[in-house]
Amino acid sequence: MGCSAGGLSALESLLAALDPQLPQPLVVCCHTGSANVDLLCELLAGHSTLPVIEAREREPLQPGMVHIAPSGYHLLVEPDRRFALSVDPRVSFARPSIDVLFDSAAEAYRDTLVGVVLTGANKDGAEGLATIRRLGGVAIVQEPGDAESPVMPQAALDHAGADHRLPLAAIAPLLNRLCLP
Amino acid sequence: MKPDGRPAESVPDVALEDIEVELFVRALQLGHGYDFSQYSPASLKRRVLQLVQTQQTGTISELTARLLHEAGFLQTVLEGLSVPVSEMFRDPDVFRTLREQVFPLLASYPQINIWQAGCAHGQEVYSLAILLEEAGLYERTQIYATDFNESALRHAQEGIYPAKEAQLWSRNYLAAGGSHTLADYYSARYELIKLDQRLRRNVIFANHNLVTDEVFCEAHLVLCRNVLIYFSDPLQDRTLALFRDSLVRGGFLCLGTRESLDFAPSAADFVPVDTGLRIYRLGPRTPAGE
Ligand SMILES: C[S@@+](CC[C@H](N)C(=O)[O-])C[C@H]1O[C@@H](n2cnc3c(N)ncnc32)[C@H](O)[C@@H]1O
Repeated sequence: MGCSAGGLSALESLLAALDPQLPQPLVVCCHTGSANVDLLCELLAGHSTLPVIEAREREPLQPGMVHIAPSGYHLLVEPDRRFALSVDPRVSFARPSIDVLFDSAAEAYRDTLVGVVLTGANKDGAEGLATIRRLGGVAIVQEPGDAESPVMPQAALDHAGADHRLPLAAIAPLLNRLCLP
Repeated sequence: MKPDGRPAESVPDVALEDIEVELFVRALQLGHGYDFSQYSPASLKRRVLQLVQTQQTGTISELTARLLHEAGFLQTVLEGLSVPVSEMFRDPDVFRTLREQVFPLLASYPQINIWQAGCAHGQEVYSLAILLEEAGLYERTQIYATDFNESALRHAQEGIYPAKEAQLWSRNYLAAGGSHTLADYYSARYELIKLDQRLRRNVIFANHNLVTDEVFCEAHLVLCRNVLIYFSDPLQDRTLALFRDSLVRGGFLCLGTRESLDFAPSAADFVPVDTGLRIYRLGPRTPAGE
């Protein structure tokens, strides 16, 4: 799941509407500009139905948990479905970059991956969402008109298209439907 | 909701790409003696694909072909795989803690050896030299700054950086407890800054590959930040053992602030000084055979 400008409040409402029984791991890359990932986790945990933790290097993705990318690093998912970090140059002016996360996660999870692009003021995530679709995953994009900042969802739609294009309020219910057995 | 049409081209075979990466890594190893087989696959693949783009080879296999047949191409590849990204005083708290808690202990040694492994363009080398200078320790310190990327090492020796970095680095320097202003240590010309070359007087820059090269000094502090994040578990562990064997008893190790030691048995040899900042100290030797 990726977001940028306006992402914090979007995430708060999305995470609040998730079914607490969701068995899948969730990973969030949000360009908040805040260096303090602990604070971000705490903030989101106050709204989320699922526990929110920092994504840690070499740790496996945990079922039923929301993992937040630390700032200043790219977050990647290895083929063995553990996290890796890198300090490679910024991608689309961002580190963490949603493209880097999506590309690597797409390879690790193939057609079992769902990628979500929310509000944001740059084009990060568009490439990665295309990779997710190419490898059989599902792409969900927030309706640009509904987003606090429409640039990112619009770029994702233009470049990758989407399987679902929805207002924010409809995204969590769809995830619940897609992810619960 | 009706899904948009998916792109028309056929599904590219990712498995095929993985085979190509593996052959590329084999070629690098058999042809040139550089072993990347134990780097973390996700980042490595990203960099290899980036090389395909910048070198416009179309496929990874073509990259491999050039690597094997074209003299001089190795250097291009190594530079593409190395990505020497760094900052001065990145994570200022780390440098502040080194200064406040580690330097006073280093001060008890008549001669201080520091190994900075994976020094990239030297930003952290100059950061260290400045702090040591301000702590009055630099005269008796020897810094070994190593990397396997020759051109990064040359860059590090020159100490020239884009001037637009200076603002952030100056803030970092002050947050790290610097007692002057960073501008006292560089001269600015056009769009560039050049670090005071006197800061280099006790630095030896050397090519050292953490994968294949051995212990070469007896260090009181090893600084190796954001290098092991690119290594798989066994290589991370092996490199930590190399650091352990290079350190004097009670010597210090400083890693990147988001690095995990949970999957490295060799980490048991180190005692945390500041867990959050990833500063450790070599504990008492464990009995042989352990
Ligand atoms: C991301 S930079 C880290 C720079 C700096 N320590 C920092 O944290 O800002 C990683 C550096 O490690 C070097 N490196 C990677 N693999 C290496 C190896 N096997 N031996 C020596 N250096 C290596 C790269 O060339 C690069 O300069």
